[in-house]
Amino acid sequence: MTDASNVIGPERRPDLSGARLSRRYAAERRFRLYGLAAVMTGAAILLVLIGTIVANGYTAFFQTEIALEIDFDPETIDPDATRDPEVLRAANYQVLIRRAMQARFPQVTDRREKRTLSRMVSSGASLKLQDMIMVDPDLIGTSRRVWVKSSDDIDSFAKGKIRRDVPDADRRVKDREIAWFDTLDSQDAIRSKFNTTFFTAGDSREPEQAGIWGAVIGSFLTLLVTLMLSFPTGVLAAVYLEEFAPKNRWTDLIEVNINNLAAVPSIVFGLLGLAVFLNFFGLPRSAPLVGGMVLALMTLPTIIIAGRAALKAVPPSVREAALGIGASHLQAVMHHVFPLAMPGMLTGTIIGMAQALGESAPLLMIGMVAFIVDVPGGFTDPATVLPVQIYLWADSPERAFVAKTSAAIMVLLAFLIVMNAMAVVLRKRFERRW
Amino acid sequence: MRKHRLAFAALALAGAVILSAGAAHARDQIRIVGSSTVYPFSTTVAEQFGKSTKFPTPVVESTGSGGGMKLFCAGVGEQYPDITNASRRIKKSEFEKCTKNGVAITEVKIGFDGIVLGIAKSGPDLVLSKKQIFLALAKQIPDAAGNLIDNPYSTWDQIDPSLPKMKIEVLGPPPTSGTRDAFVELAMEGGAKKFETLKALRKSDKKAFKAVAHAIREDGAYIEAGENDNLIIQKLQANPKAVGIFGFSFLDQNADKIKGAKVEGADPTFENIASGDYGVSRSLYFYVKRQHVGTIPGIEEFVAEFTADRAWGDEGYLVDKGLIPLPAVDRKAMRTQATGLAPLSM
Repeated sequence: MTDASNVIGPERRPDLSGARLSRRYAAERRFRLYGLAAVMTGAAILLVLIGTIVANGYTAFFQTEIALEIDFDPETIDPDATRDPEVLRAANYQVLIRRAMQARFPQVTDRREKRTLSRMVSSGASLKLQDMIMVDPDLIGTSRRVWVKSSDDIDSFAKGKIRRDVPDADRRVKDREIAWFDTLDSQDAIRSKFNTTFFTAGDSREPEQAGIWGAVIGSFLTLLVTLMLSFPTGVLAAVYLEEFAPKNRWTDLIEVNINNLAAVPSIVFGLLGLAVFLNFFGLPRSAPLVGGMVLALMTLPTIIIAGRAALKAVPPSVREAALGIGASHLQAVMHHVFPLAMPGMLTGTIIGMAQALGESAPLLMIGMVAFIVDVPGGFTDPATVLPVQIYLWADSPERAFVAKTSAAIMVLLAFLIVMNAMAVVLRKRFERRW
Repeated sequence: MRKHRLAFAALALAGAVILSAGAAHARDQIRIVGSSTVYPFSTTVAEQFGKSTKFPTPVVESTGSGGGMKLFCAGVGEQYPDITNASRRIKKSEFEKCTKNGVAITEVKIGFDGIVLGIAKSGPDLVLSKKQIFLALAKQIPDAAGNLIDNPYSTWDQIDPSLPKMKIEVLGPPPTSGTRDAFVELAMEGGAKKFETLKALRKSDKKAFKAVAHAIREDGAYIEAGENDNLIIQKLQANPKAVGIFGFSFLDQNADKIKGAKVEGADPTFENIASGDYGVSRSLYFYVKRQHVGTIPGIEEFVAEFTADRAWGDEGYLVDKGLIPLPAVDRKAMRTQATGLAPLSM
C-alpha cells in the first residue's frame, strides 16, 4: 500500500480552509461581475444608439400646419361652372393659397416678400385643396378655414431645429418670416399634428410630403419574392443533403460551398443579379421581382444551414423507430423527422428574412437605389426598399430629412423586432427538447 | 402530410408565375440615371412633372456620373435608361462608346454647382488661394529649385504665415466621386499652374502634369470621408480645426453651423458662383437619348419642364433646392437647343 501511495504521490485532500473557500467565492463573484459588466456595456451602447435615433427622429412624426381662410373662388377654379372633373383637376389652387396668405398679411406688398410669404406653406398644399374640391365640388363659392402643411423650413423652425438666436444671414428662416410665424401663432393659426403623410405617401423631394409607404410596400413585395424562392428551395436542399444525399467528396464540396456563400459580401450577389437577371434574362430594372431574386440567393445559405441543424437535432431514435415498423425512408422523413424539424427551419427562415429586410448593398446594382414617388402596385413596378430609403434621405441636403431618416430607421427597427420576436415565439412554442 | 406537400407545390408555382410575369413588360415611365450631385434637381423636376402632367413620375437612380454614362451608352432599347445626369461634361471616350452602340444624344447644361471648402463656425476664417490649396493637399510639390518633393507641410501656417496655425486636416470625397474630380480639376490644377516648372511641364507633357496636379496626398492630411456630404458637415461641427470639401447646397442648408473659405478673394455665395467670381465651380448637365423620344412617352415634355423658367430660372423651384442658374441668355439658347433635341457632336 505504501508503495502504491508513493507512485501516485501524497493523497490530495480537498482544502476546506475558510481562506480558500472565500477565495473561490470571490472568484465566482468576480466572474459574474465581468459577465454583468459585458452585458451592461452592450445595453448602454444600444441605449445610446436608440436614444440618439429617437431623439433625432421623433419630431418627424409630427408636422406643423398653418390655418388659412381659403376662399374657393368660382372664377379661379371653374369659371364656366362646368363641374367637369378635368377642369377641377387642372385649376390653379396655388393662387387660392397665395391669396389667403396675402389676406392675412395685407401689409406685405413687395413682390419678393409676397413670394417668401407664400413659400411658408408647403408646395403640396394645393394638392390638398384639389382633393377637397374633387371630393366635394359644392365647396366652390364658399369660404372655409383649412389646415395646410407648412414648408419644411418653417416646420424645422417650429420644432426648434432652426434657432432664433443665430444671426439672420445664417438662418434659413429669416427675421421677417419669424415675425409672420409669431403673428400666425398668436392668432392660433399654427398647430402641430400627427404626420399621417409619413405613413401613407411615397418618396418626395419636399421633406414635408415625403413618406415611407412606398418603401414599405417595396420591401414587402421584395421579401415575398425572396420567401417564395428561398424557402422551398432551401428546405428541399436541407432535407436532401441531410437525409438522402450520400456522404462523399461531392456532398462535402457542396457543404463547403454553402458555408462559403453565407459569408460572401452581399454586393457580390448584386453584381450577379445585374449580370444574370438583368443583362442575360432581360428582367426590368428596379423591380421587386429582381430584388427578391437577388436577396433569395443571399438568404438561401442561411436557410439551408439552419434547416440542416434543425434536422440534425431530431434524435435518430425517431427515425429508427419509424424505419423499424416498416416505414419507407421518405415516409420516415416526411411523417416524423421533417415535422419535428419544422420550427427550427422556420426560425432560420425568419432570421434570414430579417437579414434580407435590412440589406441595401446588393440592390444598388439592380437599380433599386432610386427616387420613386409612385407606390409600387406589383412585382415589376419600380420600387425601393426601407434601408435604401434611409440611405437616400441621409444623403439629402434638406435639413428636415435628418429627422425623416431617423424616423425611417425607427420603422425599420420596429419591423425587425417584430420578425425576430416571431422567431423567438415560434421556437418557444413548438420546439421540442429531448 | 398532404397539406405540407400542397403548400410546397403552391409556393413553387407562385414563384414560377412571378418569374414569367417579369419577362413581358413594356415601359411607360422615363428612366433617369447618373450623378448624385444632379440627383436632387432631377428628382425635383421628376416629381413636379409627375404631378402636373398625365405621365407617370420618372424613376431617378443615383449611380454617379461615370456609372450613369456606362448604363446610358450601353445601347438603344427600353432596357436602357433614357436620360443620364452628369456633374461634368461627357468624356470623349464615353461619347465614342455611345456612338459605337448607336446612341445619339442631346446635351443640356442646366446650371452650376460650387465646391466649397468649409469649416465650423467656431473655427478660424480661411482665406485661401488655389496655390495654397495645392500646397496643402498635393502629394508632391515643387521645391525652390523646381524639383518635385513629397509634401512637407503639416500645418497651414507653414504654407503661408497668414493662414491659421492649425494642422492640415481636410475631409473630402473619395476618388469615385464627381465632386472630387471637379475639385481636383478646378482647385488643384489651378494651383499647380501657378508654378513655373509645372506650367512648363504642362506644355511639354500634359500627362505628367496631370499626374502631379491630380495626386492628392495619402499621408493622412486628406481624409476620405465618403460620398455623404451630411456626414462631412457633422464631422466639421465636431472638429472645428478640420476643413471639409462638399457641394454648395450643403453650405446653403447649414449656414448656421458651417462657413465657407474665401478662394482667390471670393466668398462661396450664390451670386459669386453664378457670376463666375468664385473659381471652384462646375457645370451640371443631363444627356437625352434621342432615339427614345417618341418611343418612351413624355421625354420631350420632361425636357421642356426642366428647361422652363419656373424650374431652372432665377426664381424657379430648382434654385430653392440649391441650383445656381445659368445666365438668362444662355438659358434661352440652351432651351432652344434642348427642346429642339439638337444632336451632340464632339
